[in-house]
Amino acid sequence: MNALPWTIYTAFAGALLALVAGARSATAARAVALLTALAGLGLGLFAAAGFTPVAAPQVLADLPWIASLGIRYHLAADGISLTLVVLTGLAATAGILFSWNIEERVGEFFALYLALIGGVYGVFLSADAFLFFVFYEIAIVPKYFLIANWGSTRREYGAMKLALYSFAGSALVLAGLIWTYAAGGAQGFSLPELARAAATLPRGEVIAIFGLVFFGFATLAGLFPLHTWAPTGHVAAPTAASMLLAGVVMKLGAYGCLRVALPLYPEGFFWWQGIIGWLAVIGIVYAGLIALVQDDFKFVIGYSSVSHMGFVMLGLAAANARAVSGAVLQMFSHGVIAGLLFAVVGRMVYERTHTRQLEALQALPLHRLIPFAAVTFVLAGLASMGLPGFSGFPAELTILMGAWTTRHLWALVAAAGVLVAAAFTLRVIQVSFFGQTGGSPAAGHLDHPLEPISLAEKLGALLLLATTVLIGLKPDLILDWVTPALQSPLFQAVVQKGTP
Amino acid sequence: MNALYADLFHALVPETILTVSALLVIGFDLAVGRRRPLAARQTLAVFLGAIGVVTALVIGLSNGAVGSVFGGAMMLDAFAVAARAGVLALVLLTLGVVTAAPVTRQPAEYVALVLFAAVGFLQMAVAQQLLLGFLAVELASISLYVLAGFDKTRPESAEAALKYFLVGAISAAFMLFGFSLLYGIAGSIAFPDIAHALIYQPMSPLLAVALVMVLVAFGFKAAAAPFHLWAPDAYQGAPTPSAALIASASKLAGLALFWRLLWGGLGTVAGNFTLGHGTPGWLSIVAVIAAASLLLGNFAALAQHNVRRLLAYSAIAHAGALLLGLIASGQAGPGPLYYYAATYGIATAGAFGVLAVLENFGRCQDLADLAGLHRRSPLLAATLLVFILSLAGIPPLAGFVGKFAVFVAAFQMGGIATPAGWLAILAILLSAVALYYYLMILKQALVAAPAADAAPVKVPAIAALTLLAAAALLIGLGVFPSLLLQLVA
Amino acid sequence: MSNLPLLSLVIFVPWAGALLLAMLPRLSGHAAKIIAVAFSLSTLALGLFLLPGFNPEFSGYQWPEHHVWIQALNVHYRLGLDGLSLLLVLLTGIVSPLALAAAARDARDVRLLGVLFLVLQGSALGVFLALDFFHWFIFWELSLVPAFFLIRLWGGAGAGRAAYQFVIYTIAGSAFMLLAFAALYTAAGTLDFTELAYLGSTGQLAAHFGPKALMLVFLGVFLGLAVKVPLFPFHTWLPPAYAEAPTGVSMFLTGVMSKMGVYGFLRLLWPIFPAQLHACAGPLLWLALGGVVLGAFAAIRQTDLKRMVAYSSVNHLSYCLLALFAVAGADVALDGPARAAALTGTLLQMFNHGLSAAALFYGIGVLERRAGGLRGLNDFGGVRTAAPVFAGFCGIAMFSSVGLPGLNGFVGEFLIFRGVFGLVPHLAAIATLGLLATALFYLTFWQRVFHGPRAGVARGEFRDLDAGELLTFIPLVALMFLYGVLPHLLTGLVNPLVTTWANLPPHP
Repeated sequence: MNALPWTIYTAFAGALLALVAGARSATAARAVALLTALAGLGLGLFAAAGFTPVAAPQVLADLPWIASLGIRYHLAADGISLTLVVLTGLAATAGILFSWNIEERVGEFFALYLALIGGVYGVFLSADAFLFFVFYEIAIVPKYFLIANWGSTRREYGAMKLALYSFAGSALVLAGLIWTYAAGGAQGFSLPELARAAATLPRGEVIAIFGLVFFGFATLAGLFPLHTWAPTGHVAAPTAASMLLAGVVMKLGAYGCLRVALPLYPEGFFWWQGIIGWLAVIGIVYAGLIALVQDDFKFVIGYSSVSHMGFVMLGLAAANARAVSGAVLQMFSHGVIAGLLFAVVGRMVYERTHTRQLEALQALPLHRLIPFAAVTFVLAGLASMGLPGFSGFPAELTILMGAWTTRHLWALVAAAGVLVAAAFTLRVIQVSFFGQTGGSPAAGHLDHPLEPISLAEKLGALLLLATTVLIGLKPDLILDWVTPALQSPLFQAVVQKGTP
Repeated sequence: MNALYADLFHALVPETILTVSALLVIGFDLAVGRRRPLAARQTLAVFLGAIGVVTALVIGLSNGAVGSVFGGAMMLDAFAVAARAGVLALVLLTLGVVTAAPVTRQPAEYVALVLFAAVGFLQMAVAQQLLLGFLAVELASISLYVLAGFDKTRPESAEAALKYFLVGAISAAFMLFGFSLLYGIAGSIAFPDIAHALIYQPMSPLLAVALVMVLVAFGFKAAAAPFHLWAPDAYQGAPTPSAALIASASKLAGLALFWRLLWGGLGTVAGNFTLGHGTPGWLSIVAVIAAASLLLGNFAALAQHNVRRLLAYSAIAHAGALLLGLIASGQAGPGPLYYYAATYGIATAGAFGVLAVLENFGRCQDLADLAGLHRRSPLLAATLLVFILSLAGIPPLAGFVGKFAVFVAAFQMGGIATPAGWLAILAILLSAVALYYYLMILKQALVAAPAADAAPVKVPAIAALTLLAAAALLIGLGVFPSLLLQLVA
Repeated sequence: MSNLPLLSLVIFVPWAGALLLAMLPRLSGHAAKIIAVAFSLSTLALGLFLLPGFNPEFSGYQWPEHHVWIQALNVHYRLGLDGLSLLLVLLTGIVSPLALAAAARDARDVRLLGVLFLVLQGSALGVFLALDFFHWFIFWELSLVPAFFLIRLWGGAGAGRAAYQFVIYTIAGSAFMLLAFAALYTAAGTLDFTELAYLGSTGQLAAHFGPKALMLVFLGVFLGLAVKVPLFPFHTWLPPAYAEAPTGVSMFLTGVMSKMGVYGFLRLLWPIFPAQLHACAGPLLWLALGGVVLGAFAAIRQTDLKRMVAYSSVNHLSYCLLALFAVAGADVALDGPARAAALTGTLLQMFNHGLSAAALFYGIGVLERRAGGLRGLNDFGGVRTAAPVFAGFCGIAMFSSVGLPGLNGFVGEFLIFRGVFGLVPHLAAIATLGLLATALFYLTFWQRVFHGPRAGVARGEFRDLDAGELLTFIPLVALMFLYGVLPHLLTGLVNPLVTTWANLPPHP
């Protein structure tokens, strides 16, 4: 476990190194980035190997930092952090494999990419709310530049919208945290201390603060109706960035809700619970329906991410042990699957055909031209539909179970969401890859041959596919980490009450 | 009696050193500079000036806090020492910017004026008396008026100087009027005596007028809304290093003086503005000014196309946050306020530094003039990134910690039961708005492609060093904020 | 019994074949076909290997396999085989290789077809053998994927839409079934069918949920299964899917996949929700009756032969449900033999319909091949004179489907009517209308296509069956005769089981 903080340090060191190396040669920068990401993944897996699931987070570092405010450099990890750290490692590695072909400002690209990764690792490992927030914001800025510089459709608009939404969300969080700290007379920003401070506040204030903090985080998690940044941001982003955005960054928001908002303000949560649950299920269905009528391939995937994150939020809203562990599992699962989908759409298809219009793609016999992409997309699509055998299934199943316990109707609407997900996924599979099932491969619509799928792409796809199948068949690999963590006193304040 | 003067001299060593080095700069230029190219004269002047500033900084810090000096005319407490050090550091930064700026025809005079202004700043930081405070402000201001109009080749510079001068003169009049009323009410010009006298004084119309006068003057100095109108023009027209000085060291010194005046001298009539059962006092007025500055600065900045005007409006917005810090410092002490003002000064002076370097290689007014900076000079682009992000308050840069500390202090005054809490929430939310215009700058610098005719930029070594040092300071102070926060405590 | 995990082998050998084919990219079409059919035959081989060891007197599960799988969700990997499963495994074993061979004939990209088909076959077998909802559902849903692509990629002009509709309808049902089981799990803490059935029959589920919520859960499961069978009015996906699918795939869809739904009714719905099924039996009987009658009458109106046979499938499967609902709705005290007869009839009907419908679809496939894709009722005429052998086989399949005594179809339908008359006589009387209509449209089919002067496509050269086609028809037709004459070969396998079921109390 003690290796985990090094994920943060190596990522930032790797960022600097990639910047330096990128000035000399692009290949060196790529190699540095890949090695850094692999190191992060390795560290995460190494820590996972030696991990004994217990309730209390294991302290990794705890040093005084800003004495006058009682802020400490406090890193700790439990099963939930570990799950997401491993996810980050996977998504980062795959993302780098899928950006192997970037030729422009390579060093800067990977430096920003790794800085983002470092911030993400930091968030997942922070046990001090201030530190948490610092890493959270560190993760925002690189996103803007990744999208604005290397993105595609309306990239500057998408990047700005994303940055402003994220930042506005984090401003709400900051306001809530400061409010708690100052009004509750806390001695520091550690989560238990803030929880203690929050408990002394009058109920009305707790409700207000919970609203600030939760919806601040939920903006990044893409909770309806705060989600509108997500599709445009995803579409504008370069492949690797959309993989990270959907795969990891949206999880930051959900993780913040889970780690900070729920445990600190249980009273506030129970006031808001109904609203959050309904927003979540509305988001699931609404985003799915929107995805059903998109003309742009990537928009479909973008909205599907919103729909799937709705499940995570539903799991949190249901707030019993099963639903919450399902939410964490869904975070992991969606991280892997969304990464895969964006990789196929952005890298394998768009960069070869230079179009993402479904109508144009329909005219191409893509399943013959790039069969690997077709198979990958079909499998990823099935996983995304929540088909059993893939990781989405146990995740959505446990969330449905938990949601059913809390409120039957949520589970019912969410089940309809599963159906909508199946509908838009199948539609896009049909139209994009199997639009032309007859005919010869040499269709007249292409004025250039498609370059074959590269080794890096295959490796990245296989890595993610293997993960989703593995977790689909053996979800306890993750559930065994997560369930004990929910026994910690902080979570119990919320989770106990929701568990029958 | 002699001991008193010895103390005075001891306390004034930094000012003395600065004055001497100003004279030395002019003298040297007169003696050896004549026959040399302008660039060399400028380097020499800056070099001598910097030596003076560094010496003053070191001596000021090593003398440390000695308490009341010269019968209480000055107060050399920890805050004063820190404020002096901060002012001097910012002046040093400005001098570094001078080396980057286009060469003026009288470099020695320019540097000497900067040093004279610095003397005024130092006095503002320690003054504990109405008269001394006023003198210090005037010394600094008059130097700044000249500095603003120093570029005689550009009419904008003259316009900036004129506006700055006129507004400054009016504000000086207000200040003088307010001071004289205070003296009349309290019967003393020493802050502690005024405070003492006001304990027994109920709030009277005359006192209210005095407070308003003082605050109006202060509003002008701090470029707070609605007294901000001079700032955009001055920032736009003045020579870049002058603008940097006006935005950074001048602001820190002004805040130091007014912090001491408002809390040290007028603290008893601050009033209480807990919602529902408040008592009148200057806090409410400052709160209104702060809110106006936050709103106006942030929203007006959104519409700007000129970098300098944008920075000016950003300065107005930051003035709002600084006033919030001033409000909060009554309870939390000047630590957060000082940290905020100092790091804001570094960031904004740094940003002007980048502009100063760019000016040598073409137009540098519109946002679009920054386009492709990452190609033209990666160094400038990287340091600009740090400065702007710090202004935007992105962790782990110092700007973030400053905001955080100020907002916490403001909230601690009574949570949402006081306007300070509401102002803090407003300021936090507006920081999301601010991100937009800061990102507009960065978008040009780091994302957009350079214009076809854009010349490559070669950054002079000293300027590069200065900018890197400023960026490093922002990162270092952001990661280890206790270094600065403890300086004051 | 050996220590080999025989049931796992039944499921996974076809998948292994799929994997093998997938990993041999350079395979010729012919070799791919041989490998695929060989792996497909493994089911029949294993089924026959199991048959002697099967103890029909024992009504529990045989060759059980059990491993802990997902501790956190209390999920166990459980397989087991009883008479019902055995019947369906054998049916799959018979129909699959023939269907695969038919599909692979003249198809492009045989390797991919083989991969998908073997995955489909393995999934269907998994459904018939799994005893824990978790992996039962995996197989259940997974079967949709290859089916989707088999229809989509090798199907006719409207295949895209048909396949989409098929999968969406089924998933719509499945989503609610999944939700229902999620709810069950929150109550029972297990997904094991046997345990759930125990909890259901003892009324513990009802005690936990309350009657209203449990009814919702029941409806969720019901919906999932009803779409799959399909029960009227959830059948609208079926005719286009069967019609647009290529011949071999239609054979498998109707022969095996349609049985998955009925199997689900017998294995899940009835045991776990006896009281709910009992309570709802009245309206459900009318739905089943609707399927019987309207399915048959709709078939009369069809001019596309494939759609005609598709509607006849709706009709035939509705008989199964009619019998089941009649049994579930009746009081246990009421006429035990009728209950047993109805249930036996259901099982036989499943098996027999698999054989006859597969043969009929194959016959239409032969017509299509001869006619270059035409399969309208009026595109042919006098085929009997052109291809007498072919006509003979088709005739036998039709008569089997109509339920002519001496052929296998008769036994099942007779038993069903025997049972249903005993339990709900007036409905059985209405259901005979369906029998009449069935006879009517098959006779029309027979008369228009095979009788009369040679017309339409048959006017030109019309080959009789070739060796490969004969090889497909002969086993099917032989089995029709065999089971028609010796029905106890089948009933012997399921009789004790059915007796146990028939005596199950519907109320806790």
